[in-house]
Amino acid sequence: MTWIVQGIFSFIAATGFGIIFNAPRKMLFYCGFVGMTGWLIYSVFNELYGDPVQASFLGAFMVALVAHLFAKRFRTPMIIFSVAGIIPLVPGGMAYNAMRHIVEEDYLTAISFASGAFMVSGAIAMGLVFAEVIIQLIFRSGIGRKREKTV
Amino acid sequence: MSKVEKEMAIDCCLLAGRLMMEAGAETYRVEDTMARMAETQKLSATHSFVTPTGIIFSPGSPHHTKLIRIKNRTTDLEKVALVNAVSRKLSTNEYTLEEAYAELQAIEKANVMFPLWLQIIAAAIASGSFLILYNGLWTDVPAAIFAGGVGFVIATTMHELTRVKFFAEFIASLFIGLIGYAAIQTGLGTELDKIIIGSVMPLVPGLLITNAVRDLMAGHFMSGLSKGAEAFLTAFAIGAGVAFVLSF
Repeated sequence: MTWIVQGIFSFIAATGFGIIFNAPRKMLFYCGFVGMTGWLIYSVFNELYGDPVQASFLGAFMVALVAHLFAKRFRTPMIIFSVAGIIPLVPGGMAYNAMRHIVEEDYLTAISFASGAFMVSGAIAMGLVFAEVIIQLIFRSGIGRKREKTV
Repeated sequence: MSKVEKEMAIDCCLLAGRLMMEAGAETYRVEDTMARMAETQKLSATHSFVTPTGIIFSPGSPHHTKLIRIKNRTTDLEKVALVNAVSRKLSTNEYTLEEAYAELQAIEKANVMFPLWLQIIAAAIASGSFLILYNGLWTDVPAAIFAGGVGFVIATTMHELTRVKFFAEFIASLFIGLIGYAAIQTGLGTELDKIIIGSVMPLVPGLLITNAVRDLMAGHFMSGLSKGAEAFLTAFAIGAGVAFVLSF
């Protein structure tokens, strides 16, 4: 039940971001879908292993992978899909907690939250890059011979 | 090809580059598009140097190198897609150069943004959804929706008034903090942390973060670092606004 609720709300949130970033109207549904896959992968792994860094990596990897596939399918730039999908993974909570503890002059806790936020951001970046490299390798190896140069 | 036509091809490349950069495309995509458009117009040995604040384009021997300034950058993914489609059609010879140039000029003038009210509603609903995603209470949802919507309105209007993005984000997150605090005081909300986190999400510089990473990986260190700096400053402004409220 919670997964269904999470899925629905991550879809709504990613679609909302598609509207804020002015994604093409026909692509809004797919923006929401990309956001939903990324978030569901993230929350499943976060629940199972309790490590937000690994979970963010896998979530971002999934977002970029699905975004690339949609980009090939619709022949549009890949960022249209990935931008809205990445937003839910941004470590807003950790950054907020770091800020709050700095204000409360509890610098040690603040540093641990800030390092967590930093690690998660790094994991998101790595996830994006890994997916990109893998897609490039697959399409170069012959399946996508007739591919367009720009994704 | 006559000299006039070549000049037009150069202007066409520059216009396409500027439009994409202003709409928030990745640097490498802009360079790639410009190079490919130049190639189809028989301009050989072109070089372009794209940064978030300007484009330098050198179209090869008899022509002069040109520089174009990028004054304001927004996030408009539809424009990126439109310009991309024009360049695609130009390279498959579906469009002639004149048609492509006219189309790009039309894109420059067109306003393809969603209406502001729809963006505000989208921001508000996204804020409410994030509250649920972060395991917030259902009773806090109205407060988050209200705070998120108001925060987005303030961020856009302040940006239009002052043209200083960081100041706009700071004021917006300040008001989000105040609304969250007021909701707690009046009993309309219970968890201040979750309400604030959900409501500031529409202000998060998502496009900048993704583009900064992709540019750095593609070897465009100048653009990557400057976009990263912009993202960091924006995030810092949001954090400072929230911290200002929390410190009382």
